[in-house]
Order: sequence, then C-alpha cells, then structure tokens
Amino acid sequence: MARLNVNPTRMELRRLKDRLKTAERGHKLLKDKSDEMVRQFLVLIKENKRLREEIEGEIAEALKAFALSSGAPLDVVQAISLPTLTASVTVGTKNVMGVDVPYMQTKRVGEVRLPYALCSAPAELDDAVLKLTALADKLLHLAEVEKTCNMLADEIEKNRRRVNALEYVMIPQLQETIKYIMMKLDENERASIVRLMKIKELEQ
Amino acid sequence: MEKIGKIAVIGDSESATAFLAIGAAVYKVDDEYKAADVLREISKTDEYAVILVTENYAAKMEPLMQKLKARPYPAVLSIPGSTGSNGFGMAGVKKDVEKAVGVDILFN
Repeated sequence: MARLNVNPTRMELRRLKDRLKTAERGHKLLKDKSDEMVRQFLVLIKENKRLREEIEGEIAEALKAFALSSGAPLDVVQAISLPTLTASVTVGTKNVMGVDVPYMQTKRVGEVRLPYALCSAPAELDDAVLKLTALADKLLHLAEVEKTCNMLADEIEKNRRRVNALEYVMIPQLQETIKYIMMKLDENERASIVRLMKIKELEQ
Repeated sequence: MEKIGKIAVIGDSESATAFLAIGAAVYKVDDEYKAADVLREISKTDEYAVILVTENYAAKMEPLMQKLKARPYPAVLSIPGSTGSNGFGMAGVKKDVEKAVGVDILFN
C-alpha cells in the first residue's frame, strides 16, 4: 500500500495519528450501521416479496375479469368512469437509518359501491371492480414497502463502499505512513547520537 | 411534510382502464416510448404519490425506472397487465436483494 506524500516530521506524525483514530472510529460506526440496515432490509424485503406474490395473482385475476366484461356490447369505460371513490393518499416521509423513505396513509373519500346500475353492466365487471377496490390498499402498501427496499438497497451499497474504502485504503495508508515517519524520526535520532559521539571522540 | 398525493396508472388500454374504478388517473398509451414520455412528464410534478406502470412497458424502460428509484416520491410500481405477469416485478425485488446482500438469499 502506498504511503501518503508527507514530510516526516513530529507534527505530521501527530496529525496522522489523530486521523487514524477518526478513521477507525468512523469505520466501526459505519460497519454497525451497515449491519443494522441489512437486518431491517431483510425484514422488509421478505414482506415485499410476499405482498408482490399476493398482489400479482389478484391483479391478474381482476384484470382478466375486466377484460371479459369489456367483451359486452356496451361501454364499460363509461360505466366505471365516474367512480364512487377517489384514490388519494396522505404522503409523508419517515426516516429509516438515515434514509428518507415514503410513508403513506390511504385516505378514502366516498364508499365502496358499484358506480353504475347493476342492470347496465355484465356481472364480470362487478367482480373486477370490487376486486380492484379491495386491492387498492394493498397496492399502496406494496408501493411503500418496495420503494423503501429500493432506497435501503441503494444506501446499503453506498455504505458498503464507504466501509471498504476506509478498511482497505484509508486505514492501511495511514498506518503505513505513521510507521514510515516513526522509522525516519528514530533514524534521525540515531544519526544525531552517533554524530555526537564522533565529535566527542575527535575532541579527545 | 404531510400532503395529499394521487395515484396514476400508465398502461395499455385493456389493463389501465380498469383502474378508473378505484379512482386513479389513467394514462392509456400504445407503446413503451409514449409510456416513457408520460412517466417522465408526470413524475416531474408532485401531483402523484404512486404511479403504477404495467409490466410490459416497465420492462422496456428500465433506465427511467431506475432513475426514479432514488427519490422517495413518486413511488413507481410495476404491476402485471391483463395478460398476466411476466416476472419483471419479481426480478426487481431479486435485484434489490442482490444489491444489498451480495447474493440472492430469497429466491433459491
């Protein structure tokens, strides 16, 4: 490992020793952060997977029912284009291990009701609409969890790079340089002692 | 920072139309280029908190999806279309695991 390009002086030595201490402390903290993030990530990603499996099946079913109903000889789009509920969410952010992740709360305006006359639409449409309405909450929850996972994964990766940079570049470099300066200073001291002894010899 | 966000759906007309029923804003598009345009456009505004994109388009505009991943909002989510799931959503979950842990520990 290359050592830093510094003058081998006592002052530099002290400065480097301080930096090494900080680097080691930072390394330990970041490593702990990484461990905790991975733990939380695993909990979330398991939920993410479970939710997604559930939802993918259910959406496909609902959409199939809808596709069936659109075969009927009337305008289904018109039938559902005035829904009884408006989908909106109260959004905020919450902080998970220093990452700002979305936090949503569904807000239901209106009631769950079929937005058209029963006699004007095929039964498959009822099925599709009710299924989708029931799914809405779950979809939002999935959106929240999946986004959190995305962001945590990013952050974990970044954090790992930092930890590795400290562990394999910064800290070895500092140690190497400190060692170099200490050797150099010791060498200087020995040189001056020898010089003094020589001078004394010459005087006698 | 509490505010109200809406839900948008981008997809082919067969899949997206159904979401009218839950009160989402529906953008019907014919191909992935238009889908990307719409997504880019509506993700600029703060109006939508959640944007659902059908998988057949989401899979084809991955770079854009990746870019939107870095921000808390809007949360872009891929959902299976009327033709069923093609596994793109699950692939995303898998990728996250690989990114965070290094190896895939959930799916094998």
